[in-house]
Amino acid sequence: MIRNPQGDQTGATAHWEHYPHGADIGIRGMGRTIEEAFEQAAVALTGVITDPLRVESRKEVAIRCQAPDREVLLVDWLNGLIYEMAVRRLILARFQVSIEGDHLNGRAWGEEADVARHEPAVEVKGATYTDLFVGQNPDGAWVAQCVVDV
Amino acid sequence: MDTTLLNRVSDFEWHIEPQGKMRVRAVLYASEELIREMDMKVYEQIVNVATLPGIQQAAYAMPDAHWGYGFPIGGVAGFDPQEGGVVSAGGVGFDISCGVRTLLTGIKASELTLLKQPLADALYRHIPAGVGSRGLLNLDDAQLDEMLLSGARWALSRGYGREADLDRTEERGCMPGARPEAVSGFAKNRQRREMGTLGSGNHYLEVQHVRAIYDDACASAFGLAKDDVVVSIHCGSRGLGHQIGTDFLREMVLQAPQYGIELPDRELACAPIESPLGEKYLGAMRAAINCALANRQIITHLVRRAFAEVTPEADLSVLYDVSHNTCKVEEHLVDGRRKHIFIHRKGATRAFGPNHPEIPEALRPYGQPVLIGGTMGTASYILVGTPESEHRSFSSSCHGAGRQMSRHEATKHWRGRQLIDELADRGIIIRSPSPRGVAEEAPGAYKDVGAVVEASEKAGLSRRVAGLEPLICVKG
Repeated sequence: MIRNPQGDQTGATAHWEHYPHGADIGIRGMGRTIEEAFEQAAVALTGVITDPLRVESRKEVAIRCQAPDREVLLVDWLNGLIYEMAVRRLILARFQVSIEGDHLNGRAWGEEADVARHEPAVEVKGATYTDLFVGQNPDGAWVAQCVVDV
Repeated sequence: MDTTLLNRVSDFEWHIEPQGKMRVRAVLYASEELIREMDMKVYEQIVNVATLPGIQQAAYAMPDAHWGYGFPIGGVAGFDPQEGGVVSAGGVGFDISCGVRTLLTGIKASELTLLKQPLADALYRHIPAGVGSRGLLNLDDAQLDEMLLSGARWALSRGYGREADLDRTEERGCMPGARPEAVSGFAKNRQRREMGTLGSGNHYLEVQHVRAIYDDACASAFGLAKDDVVVSIHCGSRGLGHQIGTDFLREMVLQAPQYGIELPDRELACAPIESPLGEKYLGAMRAAINCALANRQIITHLVRRAFAEVTPEADLSVLYDVSHNTCKVEEHLVDGRRKHIFIHRKGATRAFGPNHPEIPEALRPYGQPVLIGGTMGTASYILVGTPESEHRSFSSSCHGAGRQMSRHEATKHWRGRQLIDELADRGIIIRSPSPRGVAEEAPGAYKDVGAVVEASEKAGLSRRVAGLEPLICVKG
């Protein structure tokens, strides 16, 4: 299991991690709120491609989604980011999410992919419904996770 | 996987008899060792596939099966629309029509000895590979639609290739029934700049030499002899296919209750073949097949250019082009009746036996070439379809080695640059923009492709014709 350097193991503060899944990768964001968990899941998504700490915030992208439940909303949010990164040739690594009802408003910051500096390992094809979970741990921490296809 | 859960029919065939909501049995083809190495999730997933409406005969897992989303990778299932059969986006996968194309070069490995470095450089220069790489073309909407309708034939009309290339491509390079209007604007946007790109992950382009011949007559018909140099291209429909997978997986998840489909797991999302959503997906998926065929056709052209620069005496012709992530309508014998059924192959290769009309005429008496990708350091194989695979697996075989270690586990075991040096010592040149990508694709992260291929042969799904070893690998 890979944790981000700042992550704390208690789940009390926001952090992200990867977990193994067959040929693909599981991504997990944790936070005090559902929004934080979604933001951290997005950092975990970028962690599949490159080290998020190598990415500078030079460009901003806005993402809006609407879904019948919060799990589909997570998949939509991640797939929205995958789409923007692919079409604009960006790597996004800093995120801000607000969720109201079935709507998500997200902002993401990053920069154009630079092969020499980012050494991107793999492109993500899509977020899947496998191992998809959005909810709270017994300690109250929010978890947002799913498997992404690479 | 716990073998006591399975009914052992032979050394290479294992059954799960119908239980609970399963409509048919599940059949796994593999050696005991491969079965033991398989994740229990493969068991769960193949059982789930067997519960889907309209499934015919059995749900099959190939020897390289591993945990996927919805369907296992290495899963094969056929559905009859007359019996409420379904089509599943997860049963095809995100990388629609991912496949392998192998080119003959007409030169021997000994002729390449001094040219390996310059050839590796030329291939790496000509063929865009890796995350964010872009092709030479920037297609507008009309051009995209033409490409989605005509596939490799479109690429030919743009000057990328020869008529003879189409003879050696499934569907003669153009999948009928494509509906570009069923493809979202998002999917088209992702593809505009990606034609003729290799992608990343497990996609690659390899220059290989024929290490072993297992069937002289068949190899000769395929144009293969020992020490020949061949080129294999492994990639798919790029961003377009990924986005179509994303779009339709969502639609099918949301609409399944409307169609009265009870899903054991939402990732199995599907729609009746005879429904607006099912038909729309089939139209979009066929467009993505054309995109993959056009993509491999353009890359073929780029490979020819690279070879022409370095070794002009080489003459590159297509041996065959076969996809391993598709859903295709085929005629098969089920319970003594010939039926048109929708065969999903997700990480499984079509493997028609001798005399099937789909096979190019010159190869028809021998069977369809089945192209199996290995890993950077190990072997790849060329197999041929058998008559028995028709009733054993709807004419399907394995597609590759299959992972045995997750990507992160792999990066803990190997460093990309060290791996590149080790492979160089063994005479294999790697060109890749991403050392981490190379580490994630380390040969040791995969199952033994030799064991997978042997199991496919012993299970009667396909037969070995030639074994290939890499000389140069361009990795995305």
